[in-house]
Amino acid sequence: MSYLADDRKNETYLLMGNEAIARGALEAGVSVAAGYPGTPSSEIIETLAEASNQRKLYVEWSVNEKVAMEVAAAASFAGLRSLCVMKQNGVNVGSDFLLHLAGSGTRGGLVLVHCDDPGALSSANEGESRHFARLVEIPLLEPGDFQEAKDMIKWAFALSEEIKSLVMVRSVTRLSHASGNVTFGQLPENDSKAYFRHGGTFLDPLEGPLISLPVAYKHGQQQEKLRQAVDRFEDSSFNIYSGPEFPELLIVTSSACHLYSKEAINLLGVEDRVGLLKLGTTWPLPPKLMRKQMGRSDKILVVEEVIPFLEENVKILVAELAPEIGIKTFFGKKEGTLPKVGELNPDLVLDAVSKILQIDYEPAPQAYIKRAGELAAVAAPGRDLIFCPGCPHRASFWSIHNILQMDGRDGFVCGDIGCYSLAMLPTGFGTLKTLHAMGSGTGLASGFGKLGRFGMDQPVLAVCGDSTFFHAVLPALVNAVHHKSNITLVVLDNSGTAMTGFQSHPGLPVDAAGKEAPSIDISGVCESIGATVKVCDPFKLEDTQSTLLNLLEKETGVKVLILRQICALSPEKKSKKMYDMKIDETTCLGENCGCNRLCTRIFKCPGLIWGKEEKVAKIDDVICTGCGVCASICPSGAIIKKEVA
Amino acid sequence: MEKTPLASDPYNLVITGVGGQGNVMASRVLGNMMSRKGLNVTIGETFGASQRGGSVMSHLRISSETSWSPQIPKGKAHMIVALEPIETVRVLRDYGGPETRVICNTRPIHPVGVISGDQVYPSLEELRNWIKELTATAWFIDATDAAVRLGDPIFGNIMMIGALAGVGDLPMDRSDFEAVISQGMPKPKVEANLKAYDMGLELIEAV
Repeated sequence: MSYLADDRKNETYLLMGNEAIARGALEAGVSVAAGYPGTPSSEIIETLAEASNQRKLYVEWSVNEKVAMEVAAAASFAGLRSLCVMKQNGVNVGSDFLLHLAGSGTRGGLVLVHCDDPGALSSANEGESRHFARLVEIPLLEPGDFQEAKDMIKWAFALSEEIKSLVMVRSVTRLSHASGNVTFGQLPENDSKAYFRHGGTFLDPLEGPLISLPVAYKHGQQQEKLRQAVDRFEDSSFNIYSGPEFPELLIVTSSACHLYSKEAINLLGVEDRVGLLKLGTTWPLPPKLMRKQMGRSDKILVVEEVIPFLEENVKILVAELAPEIGIKTFFGKKEGTLPKVGELNPDLVLDAVSKILQIDYEPAPQAYIKRAGELAAVAAPGRDLIFCPGCPHRASFWSIHNILQMDGRDGFVCGDIGCYSLAMLPTGFGTLKTLHAMGSGTGLASGFGKLGRFGMDQPVLAVCGDSTFFHAVLPALVNAVHHKSNITLVVLDNSGTAMTGFQSHPGLPVDAAGKEAPSIDISGVCESIGATVKVCDPFKLEDTQSTLLNLLEKETGVKVLILRQICALSPEKKSKKMYDMKIDETTCLGENCGCNRLCTRIFKCPGLIWGKEEKVAKIDDVICTGCGVCASICPSGAIIKKEVA
Repeated sequence: MEKTPLASDPYNLVITGVGGQGNVMASRVLGNMMSRKGLNVTIGETFGASQRGGSVMSHLRISSETSWSPQIPKGKAHMIVALEPIETVRVLRDYGGPETRVICNTRPIHPVGVISGDQVYPSLEELRNWIKELTATAWFIDATDAAVRLGDPIFGNIMMIGALAGVGDLPMDRSDFEAVISQGMPKPKVEANLKAYDMGLELIEAV
C-alpha cells in the first residue's frame, strides 16, 4: 500500500519531485499513464504503477517514448485523462508523433511530463525539450517547487481538457530528484468510461476522426487554442512576483532556478533592490502580465537552464512592447553574465547579481578557500565512474576487448545508451568508440558494415542492453540483415532496465505493476530475422571469448551474441555471493609476476585492492560481491574462488 | 505541529559518500524525521550514473520558515556527515567554512585510480589532521566496522544518522526514526536498523 495513493487530504509529506508529479496526476483523476524509463523521470511511472494496484488506473512501461505518447494519446482520444512521461531525449524520439498530435488535437486531458537534465548529471547530453512547445505550438508549464509540481499537473489536465490540446510540463533533475514538503489534495473517485467517437466530420473536434488534416484549418485551430491558453496564463497563480514595486534589477526565472535566485537575493541581502518574477507558464508568455512587470525595471536578468529559451522569448515580447515600456538592458546567457552550458546553482546566480549591482561577496574567508583547495588536491583523489563490483559488463568488455586485440584487425565497438556506456572509460577498457542516441550503436554498425567495397576490413561490433534492444535497436538490426551488413551485435542482457532501476521491458515476464506478462525472447527474434545467434554467460570468460572469436572470424552477415547475466544490483541478486573469494598470498607474485598487476591495474574491480605493505593483491570483503570472474584472469592462479554453501 | 528551534535556520547539512553506501536512504530518513517535526525540508541529490562508484552528495536544507534551494550555497554547510573520509575533504573544499562541523566514518573506499596505483590514498592520520584543520569540530567513528559486526556494512549509513542525533543540533527523536523506517520495511529489518541507530549514538558519545 502506497500512502501516495491514499486520500490523506491536507496531510503534508516529504516527497521527491517525481512523487509530487505522480500525486498530482492521481489528484487529477488520471486513468492511463505510459512512459519509457530515463533519469531523472523514472519514479513518476514507478509511483503510478504501484498506485495502479490500489486505484483504477492503467500504467505501462512502453517499448519507447513514441509508443508511450501514442498509448497515452489513445486514452485521451477515448475521453480519459492520461499522462505521458519521459526524459528530455525521449521527446526527440516521440517528436514526429508530437507534431501530428498537436495538429489533430486531444479529448480527455493529456499531459506530457518531460524531465530535462541540465549539466547532464545522468545523460549523454544536456539538450532540452522546452523548445518543442514552441516548435509544435502547444502550451508549456514549469513548476518552481515541489508543491507546484503536484498542483501544476492537476491544473495542466484541466487546461488540456479546456483547450483540447496536449500540454507539456517540464521538470529538471533538481526538482524531479530533489525532495520537499507537499500538502495533499483530494483524490477523486475514477468512474471514467472509455469510448472513441469517430462518426462526425473531419472538422468536428469532439465527434469526428482525429486527424491533423485539413492542415491549414487544424493549424489555425491550434493557434486559437494557444491564444486561449495565454488568456488563462495572464492571471495564473503559478506566475508570482515578489520584491519592491520598482526594482533596480528584475530577475525573470522559472523552475529550480527560481529557488537559486531566491537564495542569491537572500544571501546578498538585496530584497529591497531586486524583484523576482517566477514564471510557471513559460510558453507562450502572457503579454499583459509581462508588460506590467517589465515596465517597472530598466535592468532585466533572465535566469534559466540550459539554453536561453525564456530569455529569447522575453526579448521578443519586450521588443514588441518597446513603444510602451521603453528600452531595457538585458543580462543572462546571451551577453555572458550567466554560463551558457551546465546547470546553475545559487552561487552562479549570486555571482551574476553581485556583478550587476557591484556588490562584493565571499562565500567563506579567502584564506579558508585557498587552504581547503590545497588540501582537497592532495587528500581527495578523484573517483572515476566505474562498473559496480560484480557487474557483468566488466566481464563482457574484458572478453570483447581481449578478443578484438587477439583478432588483430583493429576492430571496434559502437556503443549505446545504458550503464555499459561507461565502457568508453578505463572501467570498460576503453572499448566503445562511438556513443550517440538509443539504438544508434547498431544503426552505425549497420552503416560501417557496408563499407567493405571502400576498403574497410575492420571488424564492426555494436553493443546494446536488453531494454535498448527493444527500444530502438530492432529496426537497425533488421536494416543490417536486409542489407547483408557484416556486423556483430553483442546484447548485454542483464534482465532489466538496470541503469534506471530495473523497470520492466518486453523481454521480461512482468509488466510495470509487477503482474505476469508475455516475454519476448531476444534470441528468437534475432534468429527469426536471419541473424546467427549465440548465447553465453559472460562470467564464463573462456566460453564467451572463444564464441566471440569464432563469430568474428568464421561467420559473415549479422551475428548476435547474447551475454546473459543478471545485474549485480538487481533485487534478486543483491547481497547474494556466488563465491567466497580469497588471494593465496604465497602464489601471488605481486610486482615480480610479470603480469603488471593485471587484476588491480587493468581489470580494476573495486573488490580487488593492492596491499601496499604486503605487495600482493587482496580482496576487500566489504566490496566484493563474489562473482568469481577475477579467478579466471590471474595468470598465476592466485585468486581462489570457493562456492558459497 | 509545533515548530522546533534549530541550531541555525536554515540548517544546511551534507551527507556524502560513494555510490552504493546508502547516501540517498540516509538523507530520506533524516528528511522524513525532520518533516515529522513540522519543519520545511528540501533535499537535493544526484543519482544515476554518478552512483556507479562516483562521489555522491545529498544536500539537506532544514528550516522552520520556508523552503530553500536543493543546492547549498558554497561555504554554507553547518554539518557534513561523511560515510567515507576523503569525501569529507572534497565537500569541505566547496561547501565548508571555519564554522563547519563534521562526523566522519573512517572506513576508506579506494578510488580505482588508487587501486591501479596511479593515485595515492592519504593515511588516516593525515586525513584526521586536515579535516580538523578545516572544521570547528570533527568526530571520527568506525561506523563500517561496527556495521560489519552487526551483520552488514550497509548499516553504516544508519549508524551515522544515530551519531548525528548524538550531536544534538537537530530535533531528532528515536521514535520518529522508528516510525520513518517502519514504512515499508519488514520487522526484523526495523530492529536491525534501530540497533544501528543506537550504536551510532553510542559511538559518538564515546569519541
